Amino acid sequence: MNGPGGVRPAYAMLAKWLEATPREVIDYRRREAEFIFRRIGITFAVYGNAEAQERLIPFDIIPRILMADEWKKLAKGLEQRVTAINHYLKDIYGKREIMRAGKVPEDLIFENPVFRPEMNGKPVPHNIYVHIAGIDVVRVNENDFYVLEDNTRVPSGVSYMLENREIMLRLFPELFIDHRVEPVDNYPDELLTTLKSVAPVSSSGEPNVVLLTPGIYNSAYYEHSFLADKLGIEIVEGRDLFVKSNILYMRTTEGPQRVDVIYRRVDDDYLDPLVFRPDSSLGVPGLMSAYQAGNVTLANAVGTGVADDKAVYSYMPEIVKFYLGEEPLLKNVETWRCREKDHLKYVLDNIDELVVKEVHGSGGYGMLIGPKADKNQIDTFRHKLKTDPRNYIAQPTLALSTCPTAVNEGVAPRHVDLRPFVLTGRNRVRIVPGGLTRVALEKGSLVVNSSQGGGTKDTWVLDR
Amino acid sequence: MLSRTAESLYWLSRYIERAECLARILDATTRLVALPQAYGGQTNEWQSAVATAGCVQSFQNKYGKEADERSVVEYLAFAPDNPSSIRNCLETARQNARAVRTALTGETWDAINTSWNELQKMKPGMSREEISGFLDFVKDTSLAFDGSSFRSMLRNDAYWFVRLGILIERADATARILDVKYHVLLPDQEHVGGPLDYFQWASILRSVSARTSYHWVYREGVKPWLVADLLILNRQMPRSLASCYENLSRYLDDLAQFYGRQGNSQRLARAMLTKLSNATMEDIFQTGLHEFITSFIAENNRLGGAITEQYLA
Repeated sequence: MNGPGGVRPAYAMLAKWLEATPREVIDYRRREAEFIFRRIGITFAVYGNAEAQERLIPFDIIPRILMADEWKKLAKGLEQRVTAINHYLKDIYGKREIMRAGKVPEDLIFENPVFRPEMNGKPVPHNIYVHIAGIDVVRVNENDFYVLEDNTRVPSGVSYMLENREIMLRLFPELFIDHRVEPVDNYPDELLTTLKSVAPVSSSGEPNVVLLTPGIYNSAYYEHSFLADKLGIEIVEGRDLFVKSNILYMRTTEGPQRVDVIYRRVDDDYLDPLVFRPDSSLGVPGLMSAYQAGNVTLANAVGTGVADDKAVYSYMPEIVKFYLGEEPLLKNVETWRCREKDHLKYVLDNIDELVVKEVHGSGGYGMLIGPKADKNQIDTFRHKLKTDPRNYIAQPTLALSTCPTAVNEGVAPRHVDLRPFVLTGRNRVRIVPGGLTRVALEKGSLVVNSSQGGGTKDTWVLDR
Repeated sequence: MLSRTAESLYWLSRYIERAECLARILDATTRLVALPQAYGGQTNEWQSAVATAGCVQSFQNKYGKEADERSVVEYLAFAPDNPSSIRNCLETARQNARAVRTALTGETWDAINTSWNELQKMKPGMSREEISGFLDFVKDTSLAFDGSSFRSMLRNDAYWFVRLGILIERADATARILDVKYHVLLPDQEHVGGPLDYFQWASILRSVSARTSYHWVYREGVKPWLVADLLILNRQMPRSLASCYENLSRYLDDLAQFYGRQGNSQRLARAMLTKLSNATMEDIFQTGLHEFITSFIAENNRLGGAITEQYLA
């Protein structure tokens, strides 16, 4: 939506349809959508909530729509950003030119808990670190997309992009005939092609790609099994794999079979108990040595956390310029790094107008929204900021764009963001036109995270 | 196929089959105890149900008293602390199904997930009527699972591991029913034809859903040795030991051909099938029905172990 009452041109046709469609029909389709979701079992586990162990993410039947031009511009910016991130990671674990040039402070990298010294000087296959990135963007005006967050470790949510579209096609076939929406259902093929293209040089024949999951109790397990199914690859747990002579194998009903590429949905910490957390049984002993020997590709690579930490985020415009010599096409939200004295002072002085986030936080946990917080919460955060300033950054609250959303009172504007998925393979970046649109269902709320009660929408990129 | 996937498929179907067998046992027991005292005999049928389910010890530890309707229905159908209660069987089955969703067809997953969603709505403290509805629901779940896997799954290793789980569990369940009731099936002249045992035999048939089948096969009144024949040697009867082994042997051969390798489980299944093919009821009664069944249960467990070792570990 475009200011009070204004409707962007992309929504003109949809607005007409909404006006012409009776409330009961919309309500009925909403219930139908929920029924389908529950029946196919697309659920989402919320940590620390035993009763709602398997919960549905609310789905909003009104799509978020982008015109072809808007998308083209966004996609170019995404490709630029992710390409720069891959250069940056290669540099950090290699020559470290960006630090020598004084563009990124050394201690921000070396003292960062997600920096992996094990990766120093170890090349990764085809120099790609981030094969799958989920870049969270918001638009604040007609022309500009801002990046909120780069997710370069194990971004999730792509199953919702695919399932939301499936459900919309089932429920509203007539809308698709009018709108000509770019398809997204080739994503699994693009992902598989990307993963196969980065197989280690030492592997022979058709590469064996598997998806590594922490198991059925993980909050994103549905997505893991969904993707493995669509890709036609095995979904494995650590106990299905073993390493012998630096080669990775999986246990099958016909004996051991070599694994070439792991699409891993397990965090660095849990990959290999011999190198990382020794108490974890999710990983595979010896995996890191097979990886360092170049006999298996991990997608994403180990140690990519130093690209999506919220403090590193603030340097991203510098990073793009340094490696590509181009102006960044996507903007960064202004960010105060509390590790710097003058920034910290500014944050403490203006805390009631800012959003304060933990550098490593995610899922909307551990953050303070200044304008909505009470005195108690603000005092708590002031104290946290003073005792551990390096752990925090602060940003202004943005005037996020809104999108019409079906709520109990009818159709009303709600804040949205968008996570497109960027695939980087050997010699090529692929982006499926669309992504996961998350919507804050509470009136006025800016928090779209599913763990905090946010919902999702289908995302339409029109062909014109 | 991943060994763990095969393992989950195998246990998924075993647990669904187990839930169905328990439902049938509870159903048959309820009918039997509803008869007037004179027909009921001296045995405690609820105790027999616990014995058939193979959990006498854990039941005793929990309740410390003689089995009655309330405690047995609660323990076998709903108890969260009984790992093989019907509720836990369905929970475990779905957990296994979730772990291998990619190896199941949409229809098969749907059958399991839909029934699990239903199960979540059920509250404890059911009336007799509700319990009878619940037992039907369990049988329907098993039918829906069996039917959807039969109709939609590719005929490859995934399907065969599902079938193997069902058949090993089914052979075990039929043998356990026989084990607990073998005394009423012995050709003991004193009891033959007595009204008391007639209802016991009918109840055995009911617990394997074979009351009608019996009449089609033998075309005469219910006789104990024929009941034993139907459950042990008759290959037309899908829950008989012979039928289970005919199919176990067949699916294991399919697997061996698919993988191009034979193993211990193929040998064990074939040996048992030969034994059942060559046996007659006279021989079995002569050498002892009880001994025969006890040794069958042990052999069947051994085959389960061999399948695990050969494919699932």
